Amino acid sequence: MKFFKKLSFSWYFFITTIIIMLVILIISPSSFNSSLFKFLDLLVKIIPFLIIVFILMFLANYFITPKIVKKYLLNKNKGLKWFFAVIFGIISTGPIYMWYPFLADLKPKGIKEGMIATFLYARAIKPALIPLMIYYFGLFYTILFTIFIIIFSLIQGSIINKMEVEK
Amino acid sequence: MNRGIINSAYRAAKGIFNALPLLLGVTLLISIVITLVPTNTLISFFGKDMFLNTLIGAVLGSILAGNPINSYVIAGELISFNIGIIAVTAFLISWVTVGIVQLPAEIMILGKKFAIKRNLLSFVFSIIIAVLIYLILFLGGLI
Repeated sequence: MKFFKKLSFSWYFFITTIIIMLVILIISPSSFNSSLFKFLDLLVKIIPFLIIVFILMFLANYFITPKIVKKYLLNKNKGLKWFFAVIFGIISTGPIYMWYPFLADLKPKGIKEGMIATFLYARAIKPALIPLMIYYFGLFYTILFTIFIIIFSLIQGSIINKMEVEK
Repeated sequence: MNRGIINSAYRAAKGIFNALPLLLGVTLLISIVITLVPTNTLISFFGKDMFLNTLIGAVLGSILAGNPINSYVIAGELISFNIGIIAVTAFLISWVTVGIVQLPAEIMILGKKFAIKRNLLSFVFSIIIAVLIYLILFLGGLI
């Protein structure tokens, strides 16, 4: 019983997904097999990103001290700060949830929630997939899509910052 | 070795390890959703009402998750079934900006209020952007 009391929500969540998989195994073994293969396929693709995230977290821990954050990211040049949040969001790769620990790590260092939101929203632009998007939807549509994502990533960031301030 | 390097590596490893059960759980959940909801099922959700379709597109994109390539392929299928560009755009944008499947992980790691605010705003924005893109394409005579 003590063991279960020590378990965090994240472990309960993981155990629940395993139980769902077991239920699928009983109801539809073919769906179970397909889900399992997709899971393993995703896992193989995710591992390199986990390594990248580990390296970034290590670098952030080592170099981005609260002092440095204050100096560069909390400086008076607001435009540059937002510009970097958008650019980092666009160039960051891998599944969105791989970035949560890294971003959570930056919070105590003074990064505002709005900038995190901007970063996460700007991730909707995938430079590597732009040719595919042009192929499916055309060049003009892709340009519009990209411009609106950038604009709304900044709008979302400023709304969340304002909500934070009002709170 | 520099103590700072060891400390930084330890903290990074601890951060990854703490997030691991959530990350594995979300990955498993995505695999289940991708398997159990095929493209034909998605198409059957849409009707003829443009605005209702936009809302359905945004909801489906929010629930589904995975590689954006999948969203392009599904969106391509939706267009071939004459589902309007406005619904397809809402679907594409909410797929990459809203994450119902990832929400438990986001809540746990980044905070409940932040995660809910961010996802709600992203959902609303997916519809607004879809309308704006539709208007530009429509007024430009491109659709």
